[in-house]
Amino acid sequence: MALEYRGRYDAMSSSFAPTATTAPDARTRESGWWGMLLFITTEATIFGVLFATYFYLRFKNMPVWPPDGIKQPTLGLPLLMSAFLLTSSIPMHIAELGVKKGKQTWLKAGLAVSFLLGVGFLVIMLGFEYPEKLKEFTPQTDVYGSLFFLITGLHGTHVLVGLAMNAWAQVKAARGRFDQAHHLTMLNVAAYWHFVDVIWIFVFLTLYFSPRF
Amino acid sequence: MAAIAERLTSIWEETPGLASWLTTVDHKRIGKRYIATAFVFFVLAGLEAMVIRVQLARPDQALVSPDAYNQLFTMHGITMIFLFATPILSGFGNFFVPLMIGARDMAFPRLNAFGYWVFLFAGLFMSFSLIIGKAPTDGWFNYVPFALTHYSPGLNIDFYGLGIIFIGISSTTGAINFIVTIFKMRAPGMSINRMPLFVWAVLSTAFAIVFALPSLTVANVLLELDRKAGFHFYDVSHGGDPILWQHLFWIFGHPDVYIIVLPALGMVSTILPVFSRRPIVAYPYVALSTVAVGIVGFGVWVHHMFATGLPQLSMTFFSAASMMVVIPSGIQMFAWVITIIKGRPVYTVPFLFIIGFIVTFLIGGLTGPMFAAVPFDQQITDSYFVVAHFHYVLFGGAVFPIFGALYYWLPKMTGRLMNERLGKLSFWLIFIGFQVTFFPMHIMGLLGMPRRIYTYQAGLGWDVWNMISSIGSFILAAGVLAFIVDYFFSVRRGRPAGDNPWAADTLEWAISSPPPAYNFESIPHVRSREPLWEQPGLPEEIRRGTAGPVLDEGHATVATSVLDADTEEILEMPGESSWPVVTALGMLVVFSALLVSHLALAAVGLLIMAWGIAGWLWNTGDVTTL
Amino acid sequence: MRHLRARVWFLITVAFLLPACSSASPSALRPRGPAAQRIDGLWWFMFWIALGVFCVVIGMLLFGMLRRRKPDSVERGSGETAVVLLGIVAPVIILVTLFVVSIHDLNALSAPAKTNALTVNVIGHDWWWEVRYPQQHVVTANEIHIPTGKPVLLHLSTGDVIHSFWVPQLSEKTDMIPGKINRMLIQADHPGVYRGQCAEFCGLEHARMSFLVIAEAPAQFDAWTAAESQPLAATTGAAARGEKVFLHSTCVSCHAIQGTSASATDGPDLTHFGSRRTIAANTLPNTRGNLAAWIEDPQGIKPGADMPPAVLEPSQLQALLTFVEGLK
Ligand code: HEA
Ligand code: HEA
Ligand code: HEC
Ligand code: CUA
Ligand SMILES: [Cu+2]
Repeated sequence: MALEYRGRYDAMSSSFAPTATTAPDARTRESGWWGMLLFITTEATIFGVLFATYFYLRFKNMPVWPPDGIKQPTLGLPLLMSAFLLTSSIPMHIAELGVKKGKQTWLKAGLAVSFLLGVGFLVIMLGFEYPEKLKEFTPQTDVYGSLFFLITGLHGTHVLVGLAMNAWAQVKAARGRFDQAHHLTMLNVAAYWHFVDVIWIFVFLTLYFSPRF
Repeated sequence: MAAIAERLTSIWEETPGLASWLTTVDHKRIGKRYIATAFVFFVLAGLEAMVIRVQLARPDQALVSPDAYNQLFTMHGITMIFLFATPILSGFGNFFVPLMIGARDMAFPRLNAFGYWVFLFAGLFMSFSLIIGKAPTDGWFNYVPFALTHYSPGLNIDFYGLGIIFIGISSTTGAINFIVTIFKMRAPGMSINRMPLFVWAVLSTAFAIVFALPSLTVANVLLELDRKAGFHFYDVSHGGDPILWQHLFWIFGHPDVYIIVLPALGMVSTILPVFSRRPIVAYPYVALSTVAVGIVGFGVWVHHMFATGLPQLSMTFFSAASMMVVIPSGIQMFAWVITIIKGRPVYTVPFLFIIGFIVTFLIGGLTGPMFAAVPFDQQITDSYFVVAHFHYVLFGGAVFPIFGALYYWLPKMTGRLMNERLGKLSFWLIFIGFQVTFFPMHIMGLLGMPRRIYTYQAGLGWDVWNMISSIGSFILAAGVLAFIVDYFFSVRRGRPAGDNPWAADTLEWAISSPPPAYNFESIPHVRSREPLWEQPGLPEEIRRGTAGPVLDEGHATVATSVLDADTEEILEMPGESSWPVVTALGMLVVFSALLVSHLALAAVGLLIMAWGIAGWLWNTGDVTTL
Repeated sequence: MRHLRARVWFLITVAFLLPACSSASPSALRPRGPAAQRIDGLWWFMFWIALGVFCVVIGMLLFGMLRRRKPDSVERGSGETAVVLLGIVAPVIILVTLFVVSIHDLNALSAPAKTNALTVNVIGHDWWWEVRYPQQHVVTANEIHIPTGKPVLLHLSTGDVIHSFWVPQLSEKTDMIPGKINRMLIQADHPGVYRGQCAEFCGLEHARMSFLVIAEAPAQFDAWTAAESQPLAATTGAAARGEKVFLHSTCVSCHAIQGTSASATDGPDLTHFGSRRTIAANTLPNTRGNLAAWIEDPQGIKPGADMPPAVLEPSQLQALLTFVEGLK
């Protein structure tokens, strides 16, 4: 078994200097990566439970959905939001590749573009989509309103957190804290962002699309 | 040799004083804190139970008002489950998992500290409610619509809803930390099939937490939105549904009982072989059943809802699943008993508690599949028979092993042996007291006594049994008291324990008692499942610095691969930090603000949290070890 | 360990004797209806299995603890086969048996009711039971009369939080859940009074939310429904004065008495209260003294109950008592 040590290791003389210069073997995953993976797992489970709740409440005793004369959700704005959010994963991926290949401009530009697209998503959501919906119903109207605003709101909060992470990564990148060997923060920020995107697909399918059936 | 110890000490020892009390990240100090804090909660909840037992000793008593009684039994249940059983087991995990796997700390030491602070603050938050007489009154599973504002105005239920979300943060971070620690920090050579069974158990538990807790969190978020913001998730008149709460709660609730019992079973599988003087029988089966319980446990939750009028098909399915979940427990039960048969048992106090566990858990386990038989459950659910079942499995399955573990491991933690005489006295009082308290509850249940009643009429055949039960609870309390006395006596006067007083096999016994700040002078290379039995020279090698890497030039430990535990890299571990406690304090502010619906204050709390997290991450360099 | 065994035997003996003693006990082990009977059978079946498993495991444990070992003997065999046989194979057999038996019982219990079965609507309230016989036009509370020997279909619902309907001697329990009507059959084979109690925590007086099922021969039952469906007859003397008190004090805002202007439904229907055995959901026997105590100070008797104390002159109270008592 070929072992890759990050440094000089001599069991018998029992001295070891953590020099930490070589990148770890690509197969191996650092603790921080596992930590993020598990964090995402918990979060995904939360959303999973919420989607299950949505369908449970809908099918339990609601013959008409949306109830109380609320109209079928229109798809225009949400599709536009999807466009912003889903494309934002591409620059994020470029940033990730950039840091791995040591291309700092890719990194910085990717993060910035992704950030702007994410902001765009939130602007449409809070500036256009929500006001329109609130004219029709509120979380207090009935269980449909409660579900709609909870799930979209929670997702929006996740976008916000993702943006905060992105900003963090930009500051670090600007200060030159990432290089080919040290960029776990960047990987984790990207992983979280992709996760937020994927969840959006489910939010979209559940809240905007599924009522048509 | 001494030189190595000195160098490592200078690297690993934390600065003494109050400041380091707040900033420590040492898994041993944190573990001890978890255990001590949780034990205090145990005594509190136990005292609440004593009031309950006195109130119920005779019919038609009015020692406490109905409202006070409801607060007491609710806080008793919540405290025992969320503030005692779960955290004390993570306390043991914290202290011993790194030692058992030959690591110098948990994977994320600061996250570990954070988890403790959140647990402490959430515990204080919830307990505060009882002090101001506004404790939750809807039982530990808090059914709606009773828990909605219309029937429960006031802060009582909000202490529950917010407190549970709060403490869930601690459990989740703890679980993630355990998983990564066990995946990545095992000493070289400790492949997955050489892990001590306690470590297996902690691992399955942690996974169960990751998947179960979100459901509870969501349930309580919906509840608080209904209560505080006028949402309608549980409100029938606006399309909500009260049964939704029951599903969400029990999807968490049933896995949770295994979350509690699994680490305890792991302790049994670790301690029992030591005193049977042989390795456990059928190790692979035991390890796999640990995992199986964790998984199958997710498919049985509806057995708590058999009386709600669900479709018969669904009941049939969950009945079958609930019977299936028995099998892994059966495997473990027979593995333990056969280990004793094939071994040469030595009757020390920890071993007595383990035997007490076998007897008690067996009885409690056997009433489990009875409920899985739907018609019987429909007859007996929500009666004292259920109260009997769950005390037999919770106290029998978790608390007996915990006492066993305390007697077994306290010498390692304090460096002093406990007193055998007092220990035996404590065991017999607890064992006899327990049976006398809880066995009659089976009969009370069969005689038609519902649970959660603050009093009952005379002449229904319940009087005698309640009296017996209440008497038993005093014997039980005396046993707990004997343990407490023993502890305080032993930490001062106990005989020095030495490194390995029980001649045990796992790595924590290779080092001195109490363990030094750096745990291992050199990280051992593990070649077997029972390292100290198969490699008798190991402790000496570890001490001399020849067992493996010493890593004495930085705050470092070894990271290994997930399955085979091949060395991968050297991790630089973070040192003391004040950011975890700051972040946790911010959270306390947020939750307290939400409790009183003070949004501005909540924003302040969020800012404190953000500040804490930013400070924390900024000093991390690259986030490999939070 | 030895006394543990002794205790187990002691308890088994006691458990057997239980059905014989304490005749007022609502014991599930003294079944008086077919459903409870069936469950009782299931219980004893499971009890013996559990006892068997218990004895095997404890027997092995004792053997392991007590057996002599030669100083240097070496154990042969890994023990894995035994673990597989005892821990997997045997339990699977037992559990499959248990599953089949219990599902058989479940099917028997949930067999659909005959369409012409007597239907009773029982509605749980904090903390009393509203009982309605739609076919007979009877409304009462905290007391359910049923004819013996016939299955009676219950429609269980709630006016507020979740309650659970439980008469251990007659049948299994069923929850009463907002937004939902659960159905359940009960049947009593012999005349008698069976105690029931709310089994789902429902707040302050969950402990005192009890009721009685009164099973009587069909003829008597019919007589009862006939009497109960009558509105209040004209009152005279003290009772008439009491009626006036009733109709002019707070009582009317919560209680109904058929045949008078009182028609509120927040509290139990009192039209035939005088014929009921208990007061306030089986909290007190229905005597004049207890009634006086209840009307003057319900909170002293059932703290939290949804009825305020009456503020009345002694003479008014006496007249009211005569009236309420006389509501036969
Ligand atoms: C540590 C906690 C713990 C554990 C381990 C268990 C273990 C089990 N529990 Fe229990 N349970 C609770 C804690 C626990 N429970 C709590 C807290 C409640 C009540 C919650 C509340 O309402 O407040 C509850 C309630 C509860 C109910 C609902 C009762 C009701 O409210 O109506 C049911 C129903 O199926 C059930 C089933 C089981 C089963 C099948 C097991 C099995 O896992 C048991 C398996 C073990 C054995 C059976 C013994 C060893 C096995 C052998 C020796 C093999 C041979 C055996 C046979 C062939 C039978 N439990
Ligand atoms: C791990 C879990 C756990 C543990 C250990 C216990 C332990 C005990 N429980 Fe608990 N219990 C629950 C979990 C637990 N319980 C749960 C989940 C419920 C359901 C709640 C609900 O319905 O919502 C419940 C409900 C419950 C009820 C039913 C209440 C009701 O339905 O109305 C009763 C009644 O007797 C009871 C009794 C006891 C007793 C006597 C103990 C004893 O074992 C306690 C023993 C401990 C002590 C007595 C501590 C004493 C210490 C001292 C005296 C030391 C002296 C002090 C100093 C030196 C400071 N419990
Ligand atoms: C605010 C509503 C309210 C008012 C006013 C009120 N009651 Fe009640 N009453 C109740 C409720 C609710 C119950 C059931 C209490 C329980 O058992 O928990 C009840 C129970 C009773 C019972 C027992 C019924 C039974 O079947 O057990 C009697 C008798 C009674 N009330 C008489 C009176 C009289 C007489 C008055 C007027 C002086 C009165 N009530 C005023 C609400 C009210
Ligand atoms: Cu109604 Cu409990
Ligand atoms: Cu369960």
